[in-house]
Amino acid sequence: MSAQVERVPGALPEAVSLHRTRPRYGERVVKALLWLCGAVSILTTVGIIAVLAVDGSAFLRNELVPIGEFFTGTEWTPTGTPGTEAFRVGVLPLVNATLLITAIAVTVAVPLGLASAIYLSDYAPRRVRRTVKPILEILAGVPTVVLGYFALTFVTPLFQDVLGTDLIGIFNVLSAGIVVGIMIVPTVASLSEDAMSAVPRALREAAYGLGAPKRTVVLRVVLPAALSGIVGAVILALGRGIGETMIVAIAAGNNPAMGVDLGEGMQAMTAYIVNVVGGEPSRGSLAYQSIFAVGGLLFVITFTLNLLAHWVVRRYRQVY
Amino acid sequence: MGVTTPRVSAERAARSFDAPRSRTRRERAFHVLVLVATAISLAVLGLLLVDILQDGVARLRLDFLTSYTSRHADQTGVRAGIMGTFSLMTLVALTSFPLGVGAAIYLEEFARDNRFTRLLETNISNLAGVPSVVYGLLGLGVLVSVMGLGKSLLAGALTLTLLILPVIIVASREALRAVPREIREGGLALGATPVQVTFRQVVPAALPGMLTGTILALSRAIGETAPILVVGAALSIRTDTMPWSVGESFAALPVQIFRFVTFPQKEFQIEVTAAAIIVLMAMLLLMNSVAIVLRNRFSRDW
Repeated sequence: MSAQVERVPGALPEAVSLHRTRPRYGERVVKALLWLCGAVSILTTVGIIAVLAVDGSAFLRNELVPIGEFFTGTEWTPTGTPGTEAFRVGVLPLVNATLLITAIAVTVAVPLGLASAIYLSDYAPRRVRRTVKPILEILAGVPTVVLGYFALTFVTPLFQDVLGTDLIGIFNVLSAGIVVGIMIVPTVASLSEDAMSAVPRALREAAYGLGAPKRTVVLRVVLPAALSGIVGAVILALGRGIGETMIVAIAAGNNPAMGVDLGEGMQAMTAYIVNVVGGEPSRGSLAYQSIFAVGGLLFVITFTLNLLAHWVVRRYRQVY
Repeated sequence: MGVTTPRVSAERAARSFDAPRSRTRRERAFHVLVLVATAISLAVLGLLLVDILQDGVARLRLDFLTSYTSRHADQTGVRAGIMGTFSLMTLVALTSFPLGVGAAIYLEEFARDNRFTRLLETNISNLAGVPSVVYGLLGLGVLVSVMGLGKSLLAGALTLTLLILPVIIVASREALRAVPREIREGGLALGATPVQVTFRQVVPAALPGMLTGTILALSRAIGETAPILVVGAALSIRTDTMPWSVGESFAALPVQIFRFVTFPQKEFQIEVTAAAIIVLMAMLLLMNSVAIVLRNRFSRDW
């Protein structure tokens, strides 16, 4: 130690500095490298926002694309010759299809997922729980192309057999929606189950102690207590359904359409992006820019939903 | 002296607080309802697997795995897709593991609890919720165009890396958190620097968990189609993509599956696609089994 201490009679001695006299540069280098790894995620977000803003707004700033028509028009044919009747840039059909499919998906996924969560957390014997949970994880791991194949070649013909081919087309929103729902069931189930297990045993035991049957305990004590987590799970699932690409690209088709005819094939926002990319548009062309505009809209919607989900959970969480 | 309850009878007492096996009709109906709902999801999975096996197993011959794509359904194969996916995964593993683990180590061991750190953490959890298509747009707009990488294997691999980075970071942080504080404190007490403690004690202890998390993230990346489609995966090439040919165009198995399923001919749309799906699922199964074996063999009880 080379610290100098001045001794003044009667005063307390100065504290000796225990810091190193020479800085350790190796430590700093390593910490800086690790910090850089963390910074990559910030760069990713910046990159996403930048690319969507720049190329997407290029589409909107193009004089052939009136912003008003983009947000309110009901026909989407941006590949037609600009300036003619064939060129329409209203994005609403894509949004309509996406919302319709997501609505069906959530209608399927929330009851199934929530019921599975209830069964697994309060009804299933331990052994059943140990086997069923991994199987749900497998379902969560199935690639979405595979689910798209399933929707097109199994679910659609099934509905066609039951409801007739004039009601249900080869590409239709119903099959796509249902399969997207199946895809998000594991998400809803596992997040809801987490929310339900966070409810303390004491609450359940108190209800049983008062003589309540199991279903009452679940429906009137556990679910309300876990509600914020469950609502958060549903909103997150909504976001996943909206961002889903392959299932809707394969099973719902590439025909932008308005309306709520479930048997009709409609092109969703994500399907549009994938469809255009297949045609290899040149950089800077209108088609190229249009996918960034649609992608930007998609990003804004899902990002808002994510923020909403986290806010709901934080704001309304019951702390026991 | 107090009466202590031995553990076994304590468990039994706790279990007796569960609802009695009530046999009223409404109770039973509800029980059946939730049971059936759970069974439906499992049944759909089973249906899916059976359907795919039925459709595709006939076409699984060796030449299916060794031929390139062809216009004729009986001569087509997924060789380009297998090689492409293999090369993609090698590159993704090489880039995502260091980046993800590095970020996790920074956040767990070295970051101070300030606004920047919280911003970083929120940022990572938001990135986890971004649709995979948007990552593809990021790759297309930045990697392919601005950075001039073109529709190359490197661009595809980097896009997938960015996609799974949040997953790896979260899993690695969990693994790091599982290492007890005493390990770190003991190292520091013996005079090691924080970096020495981290890399010589903590990280080796957390390594199996981090590896497992990375492998699971990679198995998610294998099945991703949308991002690499947008970045420009080739729909049909007739060469073997090698992990070192980073500047060349590349194919991938999920992209081939997507292409097959859009063909009008039934043999392509159903049989060939299903066979390719079986190959993909086999690769997935392999990766997940490796992860599970790793987890079981190397998990430590502190």
